[in-house]
Amino acid sequence: MLAYYLSLIVLVPILSFIILVIFGKRWGDKSAYVSIAAVLISLGLSIKALIDVLGGLNTKVLFTWASIGNFHITFGLLLDSLSAMMLVVVALVSALVQIFSIGYMHGDKRYGWFYACLSMFTASMLLLVFAPNYVQMYVAWEGVGVFSYLLIGFWFEKRSASQAAKKAFMVTRVGDLGFAIALILLYINAGTLDMDKLFAMHFVPALAATISILMFFGAIGKSAQFPLHVWLPDAMEGPTPVSALIHAATMVAAGVYLVARSYPLFEKGPVSLEFVAIIGTITAFMAATIALTATDIKKVLAYSTISQLGYMMMGLGVGAFAAGAFHLFTHAFFKALLFLGAGSVIHAVHSQEIFEMGGLWKKMKITSITFIIGGLALAGVPPFAGFWSKDEIILGAYTSGHTAIFWIGILTALFTAFYTFRLIFVVFFGQPRADHHGGHVHESPAVMSIPLLILGFFALTAGLLGSPFVHNAFQGFIAPGHEAEAVNPFVMGLSIAVALIGITAAWLKYGTQVLPSNVISKNNPIYKLVANKYYMDEFYYYVLIIPTHAVARFILEFDQKVIDGIVNGVAKIIAVFGSGMRRLQTGYVQNYALFMLVGLIILIIWSFRFLGIH
Amino acid sequence: MSNPIITTTIFLPLLGALLLQFIPRSKANLIRTFALLVTLIDLGLGISVLTGYKLGLAGMQFVEKASWIPRAGISYHVGLDGISLPLFELTLLLTVVAVLASWSIKNRVREHYSLMLLLAVGMLGTFAALDFVLFYIFWELVLIPMYFIIGIWGGENRNYAAVKFFLYTLAGSVLMLVGILTLYFTSGLGTFDMVKLMQAGYHSQLATFIFITFFLGFAVKVPMWPFHTWLPDAHVQAPTAGSVLLAGVLLKMGTYAFIRIVVQILPTEFTRFAPVIAAFAIISIVYGAYTALAQQDLKKMVAYSSVSHMGYVMLGIAALTPVALNGAVLQMVNHGLITGMLFLMVGYIYERTHTRDIAKLGGLSIKIPILGGMFVFAALASLGLPGLSGFVGELLILLGSYGAFKIFTIFAVLTLALTSFYLIRANQNAMFGMPQSWMGDFKDASGRELISALPLIILIAAIGVYPKPFLHYIDPAVNTVLQIIRGS
Repeated sequence: MLAYYLSLIVLVPILSFIILVIFGKRWGDKSAYVSIAAVLISLGLSIKALIDVLGGLNTKVLFTWASIGNFHITFGLLLDSLSAMMLVVVALVSALVQIFSIGYMHGDKRYGWFYACLSMFTASMLLLVFAPNYVQMYVAWEGVGVFSYLLIGFWFEKRSASQAAKKAFMVTRVGDLGFAIALILLYINAGTLDMDKLFAMHFVPALAATISILMFFGAIGKSAQFPLHVWLPDAMEGPTPVSALIHAATMVAAGVYLVARSYPLFEKGPVSLEFVAIIGTITAFMAATIALTATDIKKVLAYSTISQLGYMMMGLGVGAFAAGAFHLFTHAFFKALLFLGAGSVIHAVHSQEIFEMGGLWKKMKITSITFIIGGLALAGVPPFAGFWSKDEIILGAYTSGHTAIFWIGILTALFTAFYTFRLIFVVFFGQPRADHHGGHVHESPAVMSIPLLILGFFALTAGLLGSPFVHNAFQGFIAPGHEAEAVNPFVMGLSIAVALIGITAAWLKYGTQVLPSNVISKNNPIYKLVANKYYMDEFYYYVLIIPTHAVARFILEFDQKVIDGIVNGVAKIIAVFGSGMRRLQTGYVQNYALFMLVGLIILIIWSFRFLGIH
Repeated sequence: MSNPIITTTIFLPLLGALLLQFIPRSKANLIRTFALLVTLIDLGLGISVLTGYKLGLAGMQFVEKASWIPRAGISYHVGLDGISLPLFELTLLLTVVAVLASWSIKNRVREHYSLMLLLAVGMLGTFAALDFVLFYIFWELVLIPMYFIIGIWGGENRNYAAVKFFLYTLAGSVLMLVGILTLYFTSGLGTFDMVKLMQAGYHSQLATFIFITFFLGFAVKVPMWPFHTWLPDAHVQAPTAGSVLLAGVLLKMGTYAFIRIVVQILPTEFTRFAPVIAAFAIISIVYGAYTALAQQDLKKMVAYSSVSHMGYVMLGIAALTPVALNGAVLQMVNHGLITGMLFLMVGYIYERTHTRDIAKLGGLSIKIPILGGMFVFAALASLGLPGLSGFVGELLILLGSYGAFKIFTIFAVLTLALTSFYLIRANQNAMFGMPQSWMGDFKDASGRELISALPLIILIAAIGVYPKPFLHYIDPAVNTVLQIIRGS
């Protein structure tokens, strides 16, 4: 019974995928209902699973996927507090995104295919969450990757969209090479890829650290950490609901989930956690600075996602395991909210450039209010969701003695509040800047606004589950061993203060225009560096892509001129050698073959004589 | 012996080819239908072999043995084990696919199908033969129909490609013949029986010499770098059905021969030279991937990708661990299905666009969504996407090879990024984007084309989703092979 309902959580969306691949084209707009029904079933069963786990259930259902001699690769469903929590978040966000898409994708000619991909994307993520074994983790991991590839490139007629899809696939694939090597090392050293067996084993710290860091490369790609974050902003080419799904509970969450899931392994080689913390901190800071200069509403949110993922890694890395997982949980809600809100805005004004928007507050009340709730959560203002989790991460850095990381975390929080409210003041307040669409702007239909309200509710309240008011119930649930840190008034006060300073500064500059618009010159070299995303794309282009193509062309040239040249040369020499017997050369392959055979027999007889064999 | 099902399966296409001569040339559709019927019945026989095969047993099954030229120690001896059975079945399936794929051929239809049926006899026989003379005859039998298929129904440069294919692989098989004869004359057993030779083991100073002749002979067929240059020419010029069978089956004859003959009859030599073989394999992997990346011609890209992918198979064979060898055998089947499907799609697309130049294509997923989608599917399978069969084979090969060849395996892993790169690039440039202005309206996949691809899609997904039942066939046979290695 247990195995039955748990497997349905994954199987129902897969079934929906298969049905929609076959019938999606014929059913058109009705396809949405198949996919939404499937994800709602998954959601219902996931909630049941969570309730069971809250009731003390902790289980694993396994079956053999492949076996060779006595080496077995098992697949299965691992149900514990971490996976139960993620199941619900994934299914819930996916359900809301799919409902929202009814309105957003209305009239698209590949509607059925869109929902087929959403179904399978969700199924892959659920399979990943359930993984008790690294092979299943890897399989689902790549499944998420390929369906994000298809979804980012959903409007593949647009060259930029198919470019972005290619980039996302390739960049994450590069990270996955590390993950793949980690799998091989685990198998060679431990003889198994089952997590519980691996976690119970003894590893030399250096080996554990090597494997963990290689595995983390996969997470760097998937969770868009520095230096493999470059795919994520481009992935905004996908339909906005897809961005919401990728950025909130799936895909980018997978990397954080991998680290959280593999935490016992990382702890065996503590250096790896320091590495995670450093990468997370660099990512959080760097992405926040870029977000300060971005002017595309989705790009600002994209960089905010990278930055928040950096925070999660920072938390996991400094040892604040529960805080990292908690931020993954809260972020899922407010980031889905912000993206769907952005989708609602884009749907209304048909632009993504924030300086072409303005004054939407009057025309789109629900979108505005929910977006501001999401913004407050992102900026880390209490009592909104993001505050509690981000504060815990920063606190973790503080108490574990990572002073530099702590201060960078605080500075990043300041930037976060600033860029979030820069966006809000520019988009929702003031006067409309471009009036060519002014008259037509109105609130989105109910299928779009209701998901916003639901997510708004969670963005407001989800953080309270892990707040001191309920004795950090969330952390106790996710990590029963780890005691939550006591409230530190200095850290909490500082974190509230920078959030408010950031918001105020944004208000002064973009709300009232008290500050002059040219505080920072656009010709300032630092501004240029940041606005050009630290030239990372250019770096990869010149250092990686161009040389790879050059090497490929060189090897092809070598192949044609040298290797094949020798082959043809040998053939010619034989032909010249045989020119004395020109009359015999009839040009027919059959004759060549006959001569070869006769020659061969003579050769063999001769060689046996020569070797003294009779 | 009461029910010679293997012999029947091997020679049914020959009977079919003979009967085909009684159908008037003018009735092209009847010829096609009849050929299809023959291959379908043959596939049906193959499925009954598959269901009758006893799982978990080591050794040959369905063995048929009859003396042929007893004085020379030559016998008619066929049988299948877990290594040859999957390839035997793959051949039967791909022959049906090839018959469907060549429906559009208009000239000399009867000759075309006769040759294709003859080709099937050679391919099936190669995988089932357990006597060296028989093996050699089947092996050579494959060459002639393929030569004509490329030479008559091929592209503009078909003569060059066909002659090159013929002479190059003939040179390879001649070397193999030298090896076989040396083996026969020096083993002291006076037999061509492969099973007897495997059991006795071969111990003589000539072992190295024989190894080298076999190595060269089979390396041409696989093909391994640097003996691969016949392949792109042959593939590009061959008609679609020819490419499907060439990539799907003919290349496997090389890797199969390595396992069946070199590993099992010359285990000591193979173990000694395994690092050299692995080195050639890894060069093939990296080199094939780079050359595929540099291609502008879609079909040539797939051809070079085969060099890279077969390198993985060879790496798995050279590693000689149970996991890697299981992976190698499974990957032979996978490569047959996946690359077979890629060539099929490239062929169908070419019939519409009349170009394979990646730069001239684009937007095919809009023009022909089903064919374009199937190409994308096959490309994803080819780059080793988990959930599809290519991943399982690669995973097992890489897991199993690391213990034997650490650095090589790391290189093999890193090359996966290049593999993704050239396939994703092909997807993006040929399938996605806007259709080019020169393109007219193309008809999407016909029912016949769809049906030809469907079994491949189903198998690629089935092996990828749940490989266990497939490995059940392979694992016991692999164990037997490795016992020979351990005993040597």
